Amino acid sequence: MDLGLDVTERDGWAVLSVTGEVDVYTAPKFRERLIELVSDGKYQIVVDLEGVDFLDSTGLGVLVGGLKRLRSHDGDLVLVCTQSRILKVFEITGLTKVFSIHDSVDSAVAGAS
Amino acid sequence: MVGEAVELEIPARAEFVALARLAVSAMAAADGELADERVDDLKLAVSEACTNAIEAHGAIATDERVLVRCWVDDTGLEVRICDRGPGFDPSELPDHPPVTDPARLKFERGLGIPLIRALVDVVEFSSSGTGTEVRLVMRHGGIGADQ
Repeated sequence: MDLGLDVTERDGWAVLSVTGEVDVYTAPKFRERLIELVSDGKYQIVVDLEGVDFLDSTGLGVLVGGLKRLRSHDGDLVLVCTQSRILKVFEITGLTKVFSIHDSVDSAVAGAS
Repeated sequence: MVGEAVELEIPARAEFVALARLAVSAMAAADGELADERVDDLKLAVSEACTNAIEAHGAIATDERVLVRCWVDDTGLEVRICDRGPGFDPSELPDHPPVTDPARLKFERGLGIPLIRALVDVVEFSSSGTGTEVRLVMRHGGIGADQ
């Protein structure tokens, strides 16, 4: 099971596009990639979850940890997600109130800047 | 499909959680009575329970396997996840601060059991010092959790 983690740039934001399944096995790679980005000075990050097939609480933990890390640098982490089965995980846990969730990378970058 | 069961013993390692999800979704597909959305909910609950089981084995460094048993009857689909970990008291899990509280960001873990409770129709935890069994039920035609 591969986790895809591709990074592109958009209007000064780093866009991390995640594909595949995020669970206890793949979450460490996801966490490492986010930490690398922060270490490289990327403090404005969009995490695009549109290609994610599955995400459980370990994935939520990575995102919460990433947001906390970025806020400590006065940065931000925003999400792109329109899939109802993924959004549901954020809704149940109340994290829709913690994260800014957008329906496209364009609106994430525009809405958050 | 009534009275069919599958039993899977997985090594208590992170890479095998996906296998447990796959087995449960295949069982649900063979049954054919649960809507896709409810199969996704059950897979997520199984993933959370297996993750906890594997972490419980890791906590006491045992190489025993985690047992995942899944069966179908005419009322629904049931999955039991059994570990040999040190056990826990589900009634004593700490509450998270409200999501509007900045302290909420200190909590990167502990979301699994609230998710399980929200996703399946029935959840029961039986835990002792020698292991934990989590029982998850999705009823045919059920529409939400009853506890």
